[in-house]
Amino acid sequence: MKSGILVTADGAVFKGESVGADGIAAGEIVFNTAMTGYQEIVTDPSYSGQVVVLTSPHIGNYGAASFDDQSDRIHARSLVTRSMSRMASSWRSEQPFDDYLVEQGVVTLTNVDTRRLTRHIRDRGAMPVAVGVEADEAELAALASSTPSMEGQDLASAVTTKEPYRRAADGPSLGHVIAYDFGIKRDIIRSMNSRGLDVTVVPASTSAEAALALAPDAVFLSNGPGDPEPLAEPVEAIRGILGRKPVFGICLGHQLLGLALGANTFKLPFGHHGGNHPVKRLVDGTVEITSQNHGFAVDLWSLAGEERPMLEGLPTPEMLPANVPTAFGDVSATHQNLNDGTNEGMACRDVEAFSVQYHPEAAPGPNDAMVLFDRFVEVVRGTDAEAN
Amino acid sequence: MPKRTDIQSIVVIGSGPIIIGQACEFDYSGTQAVKVLREHGYRVVLVNSNPATIMTDPEFADATYIEPITAAVVEQILRKERPDAVLPTLGGQTALNVTMELAETGVFKELGIELIGASLDAIESAEDRGRFKLIMEAAGMETAKAHYVRSMDEAMFAAVDLGYPVMVRPSYILGGGGTGLAYNEIEFVEIVQAGFDASPVGEVLVEESIYGWKEFELEVMRDGADNAVIVCAIENLDPMGVHTGDSITVAPAMTLSDREYQEMRDEAIACLRAIGVETGGSNVQFAVDPATGRRIIIEMNPRVSRSSALASKATGFPIAKMAAMLAVGFTLDEIANDITGVTPASFEPALDYVVVKIPRFDFAKFPSVDPTLGTSMQSVGEAMAIGRTFPEALQKALRSLETGRQGLNGDPAEASVRSLGDSELVQGLPVATPDRLFEVAEGLRRGLPVADIAERTFIDPWFVDQVNQIVALRNELEDGEPDVDALRRAKRYGFSDAQLAYLWGVEEADVAALRQVNGIDVTFKTVDTCAAEFEAQTPYFYSTFEDESEAPPSGDKTVMVLGSGPNRIGQGIEFDYCCVHAAFALEDAGYETVMVNCNPETVSTDYDTSTRLYFEPLTTEDVLAIVATEQPQAVIVQLGGQTPLGLAHDLERAGVRIAGTSPDSIDMAEDRERFSALCREYGIRQPPHGTAMSVAEAMDVVDDIGFPAVVRPSYVLGGRAMRIIYSVEDLNAYLVDLYGATPGGEVDLSESPLLIDRFLESAVEVDVDAVYDGQDIYIGGVMEHVEEAGVHSGDSACVVPPPTLTDHVMDQVLADTLKLAKGLNVVGLLNIQFAIRGDDVFVLEANPRASRTIPFISKATGVPLAKVATRVMMGEKLSELRRSGMVPDMAVDLPYTAVKEAVLPWKRFPNEDTLLGPEMRATGEVMGVAPTAAIAYAKALMGAGHSVPAHGAAFISLANRDKAKGVAIAELLVDLGFKLFATHGTAGHLARHGVPATHVDKVGEGAYDPVRLIEEGRINLIVNTPAGGKARGDGRIIRLAATRHGIPCITTAEGGIAVAQSIQAAQERDADVNSIQDLHVSAGLA
Repeated sequence: MKSGILVTADGAVFKGESVGADGIAAGEIVFNTAMTGYQEIVTDPSYSGQVVVLTSPHIGNYGAASFDDQSDRIHARSLVTRSMSRMASSWRSEQPFDDYLVEQGVVTLTNVDTRRLTRHIRDRGAMPVAVGVEADEAELAALASSTPSMEGQDLASAVTTKEPYRRAADGPSLGHVIAYDFGIKRDIIRSMNSRGLDVTVVPASTSAEAALALAPDAVFLSNGPGDPEPLAEPVEAIRGILGRKPVFGICLGHQLLGLALGANTFKLPFGHHGGNHPVKRLVDGTVEITSQNHGFAVDLWSLAGEERPMLEGLPTPEMLPANVPTAFGDVSATHQNLNDGTNEGMACRDVEAFSVQYHPEAAPGPNDAMVLFDRFVEVVRGTDAEAN
Repeated sequence: MPKRTDIQSIVVIGSGPIIIGQACEFDYSGTQAVKVLREHGYRVVLVNSNPATIMTDPEFADATYIEPITAAVVEQILRKERPDAVLPTLGGQTALNVTMELAETGVFKELGIELIGASLDAIESAEDRGRFKLIMEAAGMETAKAHYVRSMDEAMFAAVDLGYPVMVRPSYILGGGGTGLAYNEIEFVEIVQAGFDASPVGEVLVEESIYGWKEFELEVMRDGADNAVIVCAIENLDPMGVHTGDSITVAPAMTLSDREYQEMRDEAIACLRAIGVETGGSNVQFAVDPATGRRIIIEMNPRVSRSSALASKATGFPIAKMAAMLAVGFTLDEIANDITGVTPASFEPALDYVVVKIPRFDFAKFPSVDPTLGTSMQSVGEAMAIGRTFPEALQKALRSLETGRQGLNGDPAEASVRSLGDSELVQGLPVATPDRLFEVAEGLRRGLPVADIAERTFIDPWFVDQVNQIVALRNELEDGEPDVDALRRAKRYGFSDAQLAYLWGVEEADVAALRQVNGIDVTFKTVDTCAAEFEAQTPYFYSTFEDESEAPPSGDKTVMVLGSGPNRIGQGIEFDYCCVHAAFALEDAGYETVMVNCNPETVSTDYDTSTRLYFEPLTTEDVLAIVATEQPQAVIVQLGGQTPLGLAHDLERAGVRIAGTSPDSIDMAEDRERFSALCREYGIRQPPHGTAMSVAEAMDVVDDIGFPAVVRPSYVLGGRAMRIIYSVEDLNAYLVDLYGATPGGEVDLSESPLLIDRFLESAVEVDVDAVYDGQDIYIGGVMEHVEEAGVHSGDSACVVPPPTLTDHVMDQVLADTLKLAKGLNVVGLLNIQFAIRGDDVFVLEANPRASRTIPFISKATGVPLAKVATRVMMGEKLSELRRSGMVPDMAVDLPYTAVKEAVLPWKRFPNEDTLLGPEMRATGEVMGVAPTAAIAYAKALMGAGHSVPAHGAAFISLANRDKAKGVAIAELLVDLGFKLFATHGTAGHLARHGVPATHVDKVGEGAYDPVRLIEEGRINLIVNTPAGGKARGDGRIIRLAATRHGIPCITTAEGGIAVAQSIQAAQERDADVNSIQDLHVSAGLA
């Protein structure tokens, strides 16, 4: 096998072997701790521009099945694993996963001490890295240190659809949703279609007027890669929609809603990427195990001009604000990450808008939060009893 | 919700003796639960008959009842203790069963006791297969398709509906009798007809076959707020058809896509909700059709289980501790994850390593048993290993098993599969046996395709492919010379130095040297529940070969304790108890402790037990790697049984300090010649004995010492190693069996010389456990066996204080003990077995190490011998420990009697003769304690599961030598109102002594056929002592019938007397229940 090497911006070197395409790739590195769902992860447009290290040691075991793709291609720049299986053992498999990676030109490493790499990121934070096949260490080091951080980059524009397209409801239609595509995952669309919603997916640059002109019952803000701050155009569009049509946001969509309401966002040390993050529903105190993939978070305290409290011991709901006034009425946190206390969801009191930071559509990850789509259907149909 | 304050006291029910299918994982679970409940201020009352458990240590509960776990006894305890709640979900099936029985009596209602952890309704819903199926289907889950049928027409209709093959199960048949898989109509008709005949209600269940499907288990926790998490998903390498306890299992699940896994996860949680498990842990089992992904739910256990113990060790998520906390009202998000300290327990562990568990079997001890694995569990223990990848974990697990293997073939022991012919190998593949994986690897080595093997074995192709990667590397290694690159890759695939030495034809030391020179060093990674996302606070490590090691720098006052590896008959929980005590004692004395073990069922592998835990195989290579990192002051090898002792020499040679008694002294005790010389020097008597290097020499020895004799090879070759022989014919048969001699021919015994001892018939056997510090001795206890010498001490009951020993004999025993302690230079524990005949005291063997009786004697006397010994090993003197109150000033005069009884696996192996002999076959033990020996013995028998009758009929059949004692048994039984049946000879003998007995016919003849009498329920107790050496004939058939019908069958005269006396005691008055704490106070100990 060809040698593969990864060098971080701070100069750490990780050696392995190549099981993907030849070449060199660079980007910010993130680790994902999910134990299943490698194909969904690499095809999720939210990973655009990133080098992904999977902590689960065996990857590729059950091959690749086109149904699991979250978009039309692999978005991760590079994939780093401990052990890539060439044997695909599943009745669902259409091709071995490593073949898929080669086909898509993804530089992929195996036999890497991925735990050391993960600890490196955990202790020193997310950072750019360069990965190469039979590449020169010094060259990779130079590339890594010259690769920009995700902060301030508009990555959504690169992955959003060029043209609007429509995905019809499975069965009779219960309503029509405009979905802003900042890098939307197919399972989000599927989760709406399967609940009877027609979905029109529109480019990230679509204005409020253009969106509203399509006569939606509600507007959805999708997930997507990177930093929400540079996405001024969508934020403006959301401001134009709020109060006129119900809004539901997921992940980057949640962050953009936060920005539209006037909150700040900030970069997490190494993000949340995995399928085991506990999130508390503040309304009833129950806990959902969630699928997560984000490097930035919404600071709702910023709406009130207050400092975020530091985490001491296990998180408590008091770490997040409620009933903070904004231009669109009061906003409250609705969900909280129980690992670090950060905001995982919010809802407006006076306009119909709510969002979550995590991924209720799962794919990959637990289905605990699928009920949010049921709720969205009720919102679309105007039968939503729950104001919050 | 915070903890409940409306309950103050909780009864926790343990699981009783170790049996196949219910082992020390319940001590691990129970210990965790009891500890955490007390930490939260509850009064904990514990019931468990098993003295070898940590949970029954007096300091773990407020009141500990080492009493039989029967409904009547537990009710007595409830009436005495008046608890607010009973927690029945931590003591396995035993605790659930006794709880359901108690619920029926209405005692919970009467006393206002609440069941916590699982409601009665939930338990019943999960336990009743029919009800479970209905509930699952109502909740939208698929179960195996099935039809109950009562006629052949209905059966045919069912078969057509389901399609062949189909499973046929007769209704209401215990133990799965008559169950069979039919592949076609001819087989089907035959099996169904037999099923109709066998079923008492003439009903048969025709079920779709899921044989060969993939099998998964999910460990689920649910709290009172309806939060649910999956702690671990376990995939069985062996497909459906092999009991999960007998399967190689892997965590996390390896071959499920995310969509399939998440659907399974949703169903597992839905299952708990539907069954109504409101709080606690449950495991839910699924089968998946590999061809279509169709998934059915098989069963769920609404309690902690063997799998949950495994899942706890595999993930670092302490299921039992959490289950106990949830049962008293906490929710998962209120509890911190112990490992990170900063995140809550309401999460799902993420693994960045692979865990493999492999069961261990002891088939050699049960010659009647066919070692084919099926739906009834037969394994006696298990080893778990952690590696970064499946191949690494698999090879580590295989060498952890201590079955003479150093990995997956590529070792000298692979000769057994190398010698198979091609067709024999291929034909063997479909049959699941303990050795199948070695055959799979050998098949791949011979070039069989992965797909072919997967098809024949139903093992998922992914696993076969991983095995194939091991095999490919092995081939490359074998074909090449020692090479650094290959070495590095091999280590990452879990190859041991020993395998590499074999494959390269060099010495193990050469491989180690090559590694050292090239810096291919072991690295240690942490089990942290979160795949490194958060920093771990708990040092729980496994070895692998990676870039970075996470083991901390060594401390300056560290002691390493080597555990006892997988449970097996003869080496079980008792040794783990000793190792755990060592860790506790060292911590008390200010040491950091390092535990090394590979048995997931144990308390020793709880990350809470020691300062640092290494979940590693107990081999020289693996242990020395940890020594190199930890730099311990000393290593304790004398507490974990043979496993660590076997490493002592290698460790010493590598410059490691062995704590306490030196390996040389241990050798002296084991080496026949050296030990005899020592005995001669100190004037200690041994039975006449000799050693033979050839058949001719063996004949000379028996000529010299006479019959009967005990024979055994100096190195154990297989299971049936030790035997009592009564004649030259017996000796010849033994040589044929064990050494493969041709009858009457010569064979070389020098590889493993034959040891021959005169067998002292009708001698009383005595066990002594003592601690010696080089100057001073503390006698922990003198235990008198109920069964005579010749029955393995592990299989016989023993009594403390000794009821029949004279002062003279006691003095001699104590004097000999002191002499041997000095002569063997013991520092730490010493166990000696004596045979007493009249006034003569003979030493049978001395073992300067922990014995199986340490926990029993420690519980009986209240003196923690293993802790005392540990402190002595680290240099403290008994005089100091006496001053500190850890050791009493003088021997304790117990105002009560404690009896240990062995528990044997006959129910599991119904074709096995129940005769006791020199080969140990017990899986566990119980303790009975009472003011008199007879009541204590009655309790022990009850605890061991013998339903000793209070009245009824007894059948007596005695060997000639036992006939005198038999009269005493018979007289007592008649006095107690028993009707007697006896064999012809015995009846005649009894008649001559004026005891009336109905004489029975031979088996298979006449109206008084003893087997028929047993089957008709006309016999309630059997005393059957076999004539010397002959285990065949009617006696065996009668004993097997007794096992089938659950009738107590006593096979020794001494046992018969003890049982008769215990019946007498039970008739006279009900036994009281006493907590061990109260008993110790009564003895002036606490």
